[in-house]
Amino acid sequence: MAVMSSAVTNPHQFLQAQNRWHWIEVAFWLATLLPFVLTPSYLSLASQIAITALFALSLDLILGYAGIVSLGHAAFFGFGAYTAGLISKWGWGEPLSGLLIAAFSAAVLGYLMSFIIARFRHLTLIMMTLGLGLLLFEVANKASWLTGGADGLQGVHMWPLLGMFRFDLYGYTAYTYALIVLFLLFLLSRRLTNSPFGLALRGIRENLTRMRAIGATSRSHIRTVYTISAAIAGVAGGLLTQTTETVSLGVVDFQRSADVLVILVLGGAGRLYGGLIGAIIFMVARDQFSGINPQYWYFPIGVLLIAVVMFLPNGILGGLARLVASWRSRSQ
Amino acid sequence: MSTPVLSTRGLDKNFGSLVVAKDIEIALPKGVRYALIGPNGAGKTTLINLITGMLQPDVGQIFLGDEEITRLGPEQRVRRGLVRTFQINTLFPNLTALEAVTLAVCERRGDAKTWWRPITAYGEVLDEAYSILTSLLLAPVCNRPTRELAYGQQRLLEIALALATRPKVLLLDEPAAGVPRDESSELFAAITSLSQDITVLFIEHDMNIVFKLASRIIVMVGGRILVEGTPAEIAADPRVREVYLGGAHHG
Repeated sequence: MAVMSSAVTNPHQFLQAQNRWHWIEVAFWLATLLPFVLTPSYLSLASQIAITALFALSLDLILGYAGIVSLGHAAFFGFGAYTAGLISKWGWGEPLSGLLIAAFSAAVLGYLMSFIIARFRHLTLIMMTLGLGLLLFEVANKASWLTGGADGLQGVHMWPLLGMFRFDLYGYTAYTYALIVLFLLFLLSRRLTNSPFGLALRGIRENLTRMRAIGATSRSHIRTVYTISAAIAGVAGGLLTQTTETVSLGVVDFQRSADVLVILVLGGAGRLYGGLIGAIIFMVARDQFSGINPQYWYFPIGVLLIAVVMFLPNGILGGLARLVASWRSRSQ
Repeated sequence: MSTPVLSTRGLDKNFGSLVVAKDIEIALPKGVRYALIGPNGAGKTTLINLITGMLQPDVGQIFLGDEEITRLGPEQRVRRGLVRTFQINTLFPNLTALEAVTLAVCERRGDAKTWWRPITAYGEVLDEAYSILTSLLLAPVCNRPTRELAYGQQRLLEIALALATRPKVLLLDEPAAGVPRDESSELFAAITSLSQDITVLFIEHDMNIVFKLASRIIVMVGGRILVEGTPAEIAADPRVREVYLGGAHHG
């Protein structure tokens, strides 16, 4: 890659080539339609994967691009999930508007928290996100009159999507819905990361001192991306509620925050597709391994995680990219 | 005499009992090339940190033109035209040189908040970034990640990032630090060719370069300004000789 890129000196051409859709991307998105044909009995799992992928995408925006490590991102997922559930429980089961409200409420929570987040770095920041996540879990646990507590939120019932498509038992509507939302928000994230703002986020990740020295408004950038990320996580949570018609405390627990971090690190942070690939691997592995042994299915995930961070520091996608690059430079 | 572009009044800074700046008074007119010299530990970098807001003075005031900037954060000072480079490379390792300079231009123009337009839509920003890189001989490597650039090229990129902010005052902290003497000519050519609208204050240890580039020299010792004058005055000053020759055996 380095050899090729340095040969192209025109700055416009080079950046345009970077932002253009690659055929692999097109192939990837076409492949997301395969479950409809190949594994129609697994569409519920496919929709859970799409939702998890969206959640991982939201984390990638703050972690992969701006370098903000979070151990409490489930707070926004859970906030969106409960918001979507409560709206439905209180009598408004229209999915799209429910999802918008879930996004908005998670965005408000994210915006408020971003004022704290933007002030800290490193270990303090990680502990801060962890603390906020635990706080929200206990609030959801304690407020059982509102959330149903450990029993979960009962009485969620969704109206048909667009008034036409009922959420069926096979997950046909659920996967279609989750996939379209994932794709639209992926397009938005892709646009964001290719913008001047996306460049500024990478600058924050790379060197905050240098950002100050070029007069950058880093804190305001962090607040913006944190709010956007929270909104997307809220959409993912809302989707889970709407497609499963239940909300359990699991939407907001520490396990979910940890899982999504593992997923992103497995797939490769900072390249948008990392969270998507990671979600597929993680969810399929969980489905398969828990079929073999429901208690110890984290064991192989742990082995995989250790292997990836040892040998592929930029995740599976980072490893693949390096492989392609070395293959290309050899063939030249 | 018009107002100096950058001035300080009675700046003091202590780290505990260690005095790192004492009663610093400077006044830099527009377009002048100032060298800041002095033995190690004299407080040269501390003074740059105070002026740029990376450190807060205990006492004293800093003015950019007529405006007092003592309480402003470093970013706000940069946006007003007070810009520095670092003695130790402080760059974006995984951004290409072009991306880094483009980012600096975007921040200056206020475009960096825009997240719905692709960077490729900003033709004039890219052109400006590319022309800055061209002027510093970095155009051939502009699409390489910063971490892959040669050390001397990274020093030039330090200056490129500073120029992208369109400084009024440029503070260069040992711009050629670590660059072998025979390779530093590109760097000093770049500093010589800076616009005469920019006021430059640079820290440098090589006296040949100081006397070649500077129109005025400030000598610091022990956190204080010892003397300020033209290169000829400084060369003839017995106190400066005392500091440099008398202190030489301390290393």
